[in-house]
Amino acid sequence: MSEQAQTFEQHLEALQDIVDALESGDLALAASMERYSDGVTRLKTCFELLKGAEAQVKKLVADGAGGAAEVPFDEDAEEDA
Amino acid sequence: MEPRVFTVSELSREAKVLLEDTFSSVWVEGEVSGLMVAASGHHYFQLKDEKAVLKAVLWASGARRLKFENEEGLLVRARGRLTIYEPRGSYQLVVDKMEPAGRGPLQVAFEQMRRRLEAEGLFDPDRKQPLPDFPRRVALVTSPTSAAVRDLIRVAHRRWPPLELVVVPVKVQGDGAADEIAAGIARADRGGFDLIIVGRGGGSLEDLWAFNEEVVARAIFAAETPVISAVGHEVDVSISDLVADLRAATPSAAAELATPDSAEVIEWLDQRRRRMDRALMQATAAARQQLATIQASAAFKRPMDFLRAAEQRLDDLADDLRSAWSEATEKRRGGLETLAASLEALSPLKVLGRGYSVTQKEGRVVTRAADLRAGDTIQTTLAEGSIRSTVE
Repeated sequence: MSEQAQTFEQHLEALQDIVDALESGDLALAASMERYSDGVTRLKTCFELLKGAEAQVKKLVADGAGGAAEVPFDEDAEEDA
Repeated sequence: MEPRVFTVSELSREAKVLLEDTFSSVWVEGEVSGLMVAASGHHYFQLKDEKAVLKAVLWASGARRLKFENEEGLLVRARGRLTIYEPRGSYQLVVDKMEPAGRGPLQVAFEQMRRRLEAEGLFDPDRKQPLPDFPRRVALVTSPTSAAVRDLIRVAHRRWPPLELVVVPVKVQGDGAADEIAAGIARADRGGFDLIIVGRGGGSLEDLWAFNEEVVARAIFAAETPVISAVGHEVDVSISDLVADLRAATPSAAAELATPDSAEVIEWLDQRRRRMDRALMQATAAARQQLATIQASAAFKRPMDFLRAAEQRLDDLADDLRSAWSEATEKRRGGLETLAASLEALSPLKVLGRGYSVTQKEGRVVTRAADLRAGDTIQTTLAEGSIRSTVE
């Protein structure tokens, strides 16, 4: 599983594991550096997600072929409708 | 003859007199609906049966004399007079006395349905699904035009900006609303969502009725996706609230319950970042300390120690060698003593003792007379002493 495909929860769990491992003092320096670097990458992913733009709101509509499609949801347009 | 033309006020007044004279004190039975208790203490409500509704008012003084709690859905017998409220052109029953007449049939039907669903396990706490801690996609099964949906979106995105929200538009009141809500839940359940929020903003019990219908209850129960029910009614609990995995008092409360607080999560991440940094610094410092220890250690600081140690080892080995040697020598000494004894037995001195002598010329033993010339000096060794003589 690539880092991108991991869920937010998995990143948080991994980060806690990394902190625990680093704080245990049981790791060799090279291993510590490796875990730390993994942690930094995960932190970056999490911060980018949280501090990024708000996700767009969508609306589920029938696609005319028996299925459903998601289209942008415009509150103001809905109000006028 | 010209027909008489009333003004609205005149006609209203006449109708009012007629109504009040005819129904100055009547008893009427009906179900209490749309009850609103004003700050003044007056009760405004309707009495209804299957086909009709009648506006009713119970003044605060009368309300205080009630022997029971006036409540929604209660079947009552009320005594009062009919009157017309002219500014609104509506007629109403001004109640002066009221008593319960048992539960109304709608209420009874509702309670029967509720008991049946409960017996089937639809409200079973064990059947409730846990909500995701970090939902990615949430479906909002509600009216797309409501203030409630705007509040919900605003609160959800304030708390968790990356949340994907998808509105599943449905009619939330009126004919067919319950079926639309149920279908919307089913569609959302197939839409790959982590969570479904179904609900609407506040309204009267009639407005919220769709959320009390069995078809909605069954759709919520059938959903594999966790469902939050958010029907904006603080007092009454709807059937959908009971079936849902979680109940929220209002749609914005549902948004709060559905989302983690990004500020808290950012704080958590910051803490982990600080702890990681500190731990790595400590690991680096420990490694540096280790290196310093090695640099300061005997091998680097006093190389002669190693030499001396080697020397000592050599000395030890030498000692071992020496003791091994003396042991061997000890053994050999025993051998020598035996040898000395046999040597003594063979000693020439013993032969000489028997009267033999040894003749030597220039230190060499002479065994043949032919080896000597006249004038040679010879030495003859006896058992005791020796003599020098000249050959003639």
